[in-house]
Amino acid sequence: MSPTARIERDSAWPEISFEERIGTAEFRIHEKAHITVNGDSCRGCTTRECVVACPANLFVPTSDGGILFNYENCFECGTCYLVCNKEGAISWTYPEGGYGIVFHRT
Amino acid sequence: MTNPPVRHDADIIVVGAGPAGSCAAIAAARAGRSVILIERGPFPGSKNMYGGVVYPRILDELVPSWWETMPVQRWVVKRSTMLLSDTGALNVDFRANAWGAPPYNGATAYRPDFDNWLANHAVEAGARLVCSTTVTGLLRDSTGRIQGVSTDRPDGDLHAPIVIACDGVNSFLAKESGLYPHTDASNFTLGVKETLALPKHVIDERFGVRDNQGVDIEILGGTSGVNGGGFIYTNLDTVALGVVLKLPKLAAQQKRPEQIIAELKRHPAVAPLIEGAEVKEYSAHVIPEAGLEMMPTMVADGMLVAGDAAALCLAAGIWLEGVNFAMASGMYAGQAAAEAIAKNDVSSRGLSGYTDRLEKTFVLRDHKKLRKVPHLVLSDRVQHKYPAFVAGVVERVFRVDNPHPKPGVRRIVREERKKAGIGLLDLLRDGWTGMRGFG
Repeated sequence: MSPTARIERDSAWPEISFEERIGTAEFRIHEKAHITVNGDSCRGCTTRECVVACPANLFVPTSDGGILFNYENCFECGTCYLVCNKEGAISWTYPEGGYGIVFHRT
Repeated sequence: MTNPPVRHDADIIVVGAGPAGSCAAIAAARAGRSVILIERGPFPGSKNMYGGVVYPRILDELVPSWWETMPVQRWVVKRSTMLLSDTGALNVDFRANAWGAPPYNGATAYRPDFDNWLANHAVEAGARLVCSTTVTGLLRDSTGRIQGVSTDRPDGDLHAPIVIACDGVNSFLAKESGLYPHTDASNFTLGVKETLALPKHVIDERFGVRDNQGVDIEILGGTSGVNGGGFIYTNLDTVALGVVLKLPKLAAQQKRPEQIIAELKRHPAVAPLIEGAEVKEYSAHVIPEAGLEMMPTMVADGMLVAGDAAALCLAAGIWLEGVNFAMASGMYAGQAAAEAIAKNDVSSRGLSGYTDRLEKTFVLRDHKKLRKVPHLVLSDRVQHKYPAFVAGVVERVFRVDNPHPKPGVRRIVREERKKAGIGLLDLLRDGWTGMRGFG
């Protein structure tokens, strides 16, 4: 065994839950969703790029093969529509002026 | 005249009060033009996130002595490139304390602070800043000529003969105008980061700096098999740590962005730097990564595109720059727009002073010189084979394996290259591309 292989990764790192993580960002939530997901398109999708890639973890697969989507904690980054392979599955706009993500120490 | 005269609200409408938009507004207002600067966030910078380093020298022209008032976290005096294998790390460090004094080099800064500061200069120059207002589309007259923008405010149409789109990486204006036809995911990366709180003296000790000196660490490897890279930047009492991930590769993996950050934080070369730090803010943003290959047409009749909206982000391995390209392109767009108004020709020909300036300056010259680098850096070999290969070579070079004699560097390189599965021809070819690509 080479000496490097004996160095173990520090597994004691306390990782925070996703709820705590997303709770560190400020979202000014508007009552109207700025992104809508067409559930019918998603039902036939097997690759589900959005579920893995969305940094805010807003796309959740449901047991009936659909996708549950929540716009409220959205970073407005654009990852979901860029990675989505289904034409028309995600309709994407920016939130109303003054609403949505507000960064502070970024 | 073929068109009835339109009542204009301003000479120039700038969409987006990031670094590109604010510099466009400053330049145009200084040239005597009336400018409306529209920002969809509650304040400039509130929608903006980046790795963490800005190179502000381009501001000499618009904001003389910018370093006296700019909201800086730390001045970068140490630059490191870190190559991570699964358990090892090769660090190449360069320190220049002279970078901590005027005229400086790079600085860490929070974008909400920096962008707000720059937008204030636009206001001081005479631009009208309108926040909390989302632009919803372009206004055109009956001949199709751009006449301004519609917004989500009641009676929110704003008319002007020139629109400068500085509306960021997703630029819906550039797409709507037809200047930007492609949205190929492989041209984009996702940047995710954590702002980690640590006491200032702890950051000073761990990173080997003092006062307002800062450190910039770029990382190759350590992104859990997803093509991309990592970064660590020191702020005054926080550390920005994050990863940049190629979108299609990320989407094809079973690991989520925050899991990739977590693995990077656990790496033995990274963990001691940030141990005990509390996550203060988690953030994400998309980056236009492909440089020249993905750039839109920058000029149309009555419209200019600048900053991330024009894909003016330099992601060339050892050089990761964007804010300076945004500020420069914005400034040139503002100057060209003011000229076009003065000579009463807002057609794409009248606005061509913009592309002339981009071609003549670092904005396009750097991109042209480094056009092959973004692809090389994100290629599979550079991403998945070279970090382990280089770390393996260095580990064996420095390992004293007595009673065995030293194997000699050439033999180590050959054996490690084979172990990493890198063909000699591929290695030579990538080396050649790298040498030529980096100019």
